[in-house]
Amino acid sequence: MIIFDNVTKKYGNNVGLAEASVHINRGDFVFLVGPSGAGKTTFIRLILKEIEPDSGSISVAGKDITHLSRREVPGLRQKVGMVFQDFRLLDKKTVYENVAFAMEVVHRSKKDIKQRVPYVLDMVGIADKANRYPNELSAGEQQRVGIARAIVNQPRVLIADEPTGNLDPMTAMEIMNILEQINVRGTTILMVTHAKDIVDRMNKRVVAIEDGRIVRDEMGSSYGFTDDYDYVTSEEVDKYVF
Amino acid sequence: MFSRAGYALKQAFSQIGRNKSMYFISVLAITAMMLILGLFFVAFVNVDMFAASINKDYNVIQVYLDDSNDDVDNEQIRQELEAIDGVNNTVFESKEAAMETLRERWGDNGYLLDNLKDNPLPDSFLVYVDDKEAADTAATESVEISGVNDVTYYQDTIDKLSKVTHFVEVGSLISMVFLIVVSVIIVANTIKLTVHNRSKEIGIMKYLGATDWFVRTPFLLGGIFVGLVSSAVATGLIYVVYSKVVDLIGADIVRMLSVNLVSTDYLVKNLLVMFIALGVGIGTCGSIISIRRFLAR
Repeated sequence: MIIFDNVTKKYGNNVGLAEASVHINRGDFVFLVGPSGAGKTTFIRLILKEIEPDSGSISVAGKDITHLSRREVPGLRQKVGMVFQDFRLLDKKTVYENVAFAMEVVHRSKKDIKQRVPYVLDMVGIADKANRYPNELSAGEQQRVGIARAIVNQPRVLIADEPTGNLDPMTAMEIMNILEQINVRGTTILMVTHAKDIVDRMNKRVVAIEDGRIVRDEMGSSYGFTDDYDYVTSEEVDKYVF
Repeated sequence: MFSRAGYALKQAFSQIGRNKSMYFISVLAITAMMLILGLFFVAFVNVDMFAASINKDYNVIQVYLDDSNDDVDNEQIRQELEAIDGVNNTVFESKEAAMETLRERWGDNGYLLDNLKDNPLPDSFLVYVDDKEAADTAATESVEISGVNDVTYYQDTIDKLSKVTHFVEVGSLISMVFLIVVSVIIVANTIKLTVHNRSKEIGIMKYLGATDWFVRTPFLLGGIFVGLVSSAVATGLIYVVYSKVVDLIGADIVRMLSVNLVSTDYLVKNLLVMFIALGVGIGTCGSIISIRRFLAR
């Protein structure tokens, strides 16, 4: 679903990503972890074609996007849903309108919108809040709206950029449950996070980046960084997790 | 297709509604620009038409005869006139015929001429020449002929009018370029403000896979709307003012002086087409400029 083949991206003399090779399969749930400035954001921006790699190749949903033209970028982004840490909801639109907006943007019919939006709102558990405005919702509810908006167009991949960063542990776990349900239905999920407890508890595939290099890529793994983000070997992980 | 256009229109009017004052100021500024251009246009078309109407008569010289001439004298003068190089033809116009022409030209006010005791107009010959150079020569030589009182022709006036027309033309062009640039900047800034107000929404749209045209169209429509409203207001104002001016000067005076003013209908039709093209162009350019950098992010 997402293939990075020897991808390098530099910003002047600074390395964003160095010779990164990752193969994420359809239906995978992958945590992308690492210290701030390690290259996680570069990784996501490359998938969304916000920036170009200096070398190497990238494929998303079976299409080589390395040399994608500007006109083809919207098509790529329609296949990739995005969930943000700060939710990025439109304050002047209701919950329903925020989600419907995602469908209007890609020219879906009114009939489709009327059918699909309530279904998705129900799926993330906020069907009863459809007519509320974002500022009338809790942070967890706002993130549910963000997720509903990201999945309403049935993307092949869902990228969640620290989706639990602004949430309390209980709400964060509720959000993780929703993401897991979405994943079970076949959507590939790539989640950037610093939430050690969540990564450790979910027991999913973990790709760790440090200084632009992929230093670990393990199935059923754990967060693997200490609180000050020093990288630890897999042998050392156990003592932090258990 | 229609739903997409409808969506874009709805968005356009929604953002105009949210930035009413800025859009209003843009309409005012562009209307003012169009009014200035309209003034130049009015001056240009009228001077141009006057020049054209006189230019049409460049090959005619009017040679006025002494009142004391008899038919023999006049026939002698005709022969001398036709002997001049470049003269094609001569037509005699009696003082009675000249008075009749004047009476027709004055129209309803022609009765004023009835109070004249004597006809003050002289007999004359209309001398037709080949070209402007021949007109110069014929005029100089005609005035020397015995029994000729005066000679009039339009060469000087034509030359002066050509200069005026050229000046108005160049002036219009320079001010047009300057005013268009200013207008584009005004519209671009208005749209930029709207874009800035909607930056979060546009950012989300792009993440959701909106095409550049989907994002751009409402702003484009907003710019075109400003242009269209300005054209309508400017044309309307010029229509009202120009009609009043024509009324004030009075059709009779215009006719008496043999100076035609361009008709209000002709002026308004042409101005409307010109302003709409200009307004749509300015609106389009302004909005494309303002959102281009934003879309490239």
